[in-house]
Amino acid sequence: MQVALFITCFNDTLFPNTGKAVVSIVERLGHQVMFPEEQTCCGQMHFNTGYQAEAMPLIRRFVEIFSQYEVIVSPSASCVGMVRDMYRFAAEVHQDTKLANEVALLADRVFEFSEFIVNRLGIQDVGAYYPHRVTYHPTCHSLRGIKVGDAPEQLLRAVRGIDYVPLTQSNECCGFGGTFAVKNADTSMAMLGDKIRHILDTRAEVCVAADNSCLMHIGGALHRQRSGVRIAHLAEILAAQE
Amino acid sequence: MKKPESVIIELAPRFEVGAKTALQNTQLRRNMGKATQTIRGKRAAVVNELSDWESLRVAGQHIKDDVLQHLDTYLVQLEDAITRAGGHVHWAKDAHEANEIVTRLIHATGSKEIIKVKSLTTDEIRLNEALELAGITAIETDLAELIIQLAHEKSSHILVPAIHKNRSEIRSLFQKSMNLPDLTDEPTELAAAARQFLREKFMSVRVATSGANFAIAETGSVCVVESEGNGRMCLTMPEVLISVMGIEKILPRWQDLGVFMQLLPRSSTGERMNPYTSIWTGVHANDGPQEFHLVLLDNGRSDVLADSVGRQTLHCIRCSACINVCPVYERTGGHAYGSVYPGPIGAILTPQLVGTAYADSLPYASSLCGACYDVCPVRINIPEVLVHLRGKVVAEKQTKPQSWFDGENLGMKAMATTFAHQHTYELAQHAGQLAQWSFVHDGYIEQGPGPLGKWTAMRDFPAIPPQSFRDWWRERQRDE
Repeated sequence: MQVALFITCFNDTLFPNTGKAVVSIVERLGHQVMFPEEQTCCGQMHFNTGYQAEAMPLIRRFVEIFSQYEVIVSPSASCVGMVRDMYRFAAEVHQDTKLANEVALLADRVFEFSEFIVNRLGIQDVGAYYPHRVTYHPTCHSLRGIKVGDAPEQLLRAVRGIDYVPLTQSNECCGFGGTFAVKNADTSMAMLGDKIRHILDTRAEVCVAADNSCLMHIGGALHRQRSGVRIAHLAEILAAQE
Repeated sequence: MKKPESVIIELAPRFEVGAKTALQNTQLRRNMGKATQTIRGKRAAVVNELSDWESLRVAGQHIKDDVLQHLDTYLVQLEDAITRAGGHVHWAKDAHEANEIVTRLIHATGSKEIIKVKSLTTDEIRLNEALELAGITAIETDLAELIIQLAHEKSSHILVPAIHKNRSEIRSLFQKSMNLPDLTDEPTELAAAARQFLREKFMSVRVATSGANFAIAETGSVCVVESEGNGRMCLTMPEVLISVMGIEKILPRWQDLGVFMQLLPRSSTGERMNPYTSIWTGVHANDGPQEFHLVLLDNGRSDVLADSVGRQTLHCIRCSACINVCPVYERTGGHAYGSVYPGPIGAILTPQLVGTAYADSLPYASSLCGACYDVCPVRINIPEVLVHLRGKVVAEKQTKPQSWFDGENLGMKAMATTFAHQHTYELAQHAGQLAQWSFVHDGYIEQGPGPLGKWTAMRDFPAIPPQSFRDWWRERQRDE
């Protein structure tokens, strides 16, 4: 199968190792990765902050670039949610029927990384080895947005050598919320404080999630507190081998 | 543009300002955390025991969709039915008109006192203050509303207005205001004190006001759902009853109540059924109030109805499930929202009622985590409406010359231009990699410049790695 990688601007720039991990796993499973180099940003930050006029060209641009691919995979649940749910909404609000039709054809072909492996390929064990104590934070957009269910946990539990510890009150938001983290920094931090407390309670050395944006938020506090806990995208755990 | 005095909001501070103050109140944080966690658990338990919960939600949503589509028909139908049953219907386009109507009706009875059933709609129009100016004393009879009234505070939750107070705080309030120095903080004793205080009022006051949870267009019946029995007292004992209801609270048919009576108690108090449900149709000789008035309130609702995305806000049955589950509300409490309507529903309802210009920080008072949408019994897509309202806030801002100097606006525009082309995007990546060097220590930025400083005030920021994914990909393609 040919798989087009929607890397997201955020991962491309700040977390390139996540992209490398996705490439190595998809290739390990016998599929071919393609990377459309014209891709930049899906427009989520602009759209969700209210800058719709600025987001619309980015949305149209994304649809134009990715429409030609059969299967599109991304290591970001929130950007996948943007394409699958908010693009439809954006086309509706801006009364762009051409875009709406294109989005309708595209949306079902865009997969978040863990749901692609578990639901589309039907694989739980990708042959990973990761001898560390790990906890998992289900990000809001993976859990309630695009509803990946327990696909990430299924993948984690199949990793050899892993010491997987569930997180208390895991369903609660970490307080990132995109520009919410700076516009409402105090409330965001109050939410993050509780999330960090639960993570530390697990005594894990690594906190894993399906979104590097939320992980950057969580990791930013873990590092500030010199907590001795690091963050890693799910794909990076699954890429690790003996 | 609307005038702010037309509704609910006094010129409250921006959400982030009010929130910062609230977050520092340790007693509030403790009280709110405990209360919201408890009610969430109760709700989840009674919702999970229904196998058709999702179908009920869809039914609730469809009934409300139908109501909004044919609101003009149903409202007139309701008016006819109530009038036929001996009641009177009044139409109020805004808070001012509604308050005038209620004041005039009370003056006509000669009474200087009224008893009140807990009602958000009368809080929205600030009826108590309007009555006070007219020399009429309004006595709240719901326990929590009474607490708030005695403490001269504002409600912080639509269902449990005193959620921010614990029992020892209530004890000292009652000791002082009811002159009961020996009162303990036992809940039964506190309730008994309030009961004693209120009984005398129920027996003596001749006029009552209420809100309404539902009104049935085909029968003209009005319904109030409550827990304490104070509502039943107010709705049956006085001679005159005046109810104020938002126009969207209407249900077409009697049978529709069956759906909502399953959705509402489970979503609001986490009960299978609430203790008291009162339904009355007009007036009946020698039974209950002999004079009944229903005031139908618009107060901005027609404008909400006109917005194809925002319209779903009018589905709301004021259950408070979204408020209880909201991680933002749990930490800031209700007062930070500066409105009768706090939490996620407040963040979308208030700006639509008063105009986004007067509440432009509220659509941003959410991390868009989606927990509210999951629990909403009438499936209001709150995150979607929040994003829609943010769009309105920005579009309004961009029509003003000040936006030319607004850092966020300029930054967003610059980024949109950068993202518009592959080469400008890649240029910006490389520029970022180079420009950050003086701020990076051991792979992290701990004190960032400009807008990044808002992030690094509280958390570290990872340095941009020297090689982007795409540069790695190209290198790999070359090597192969």
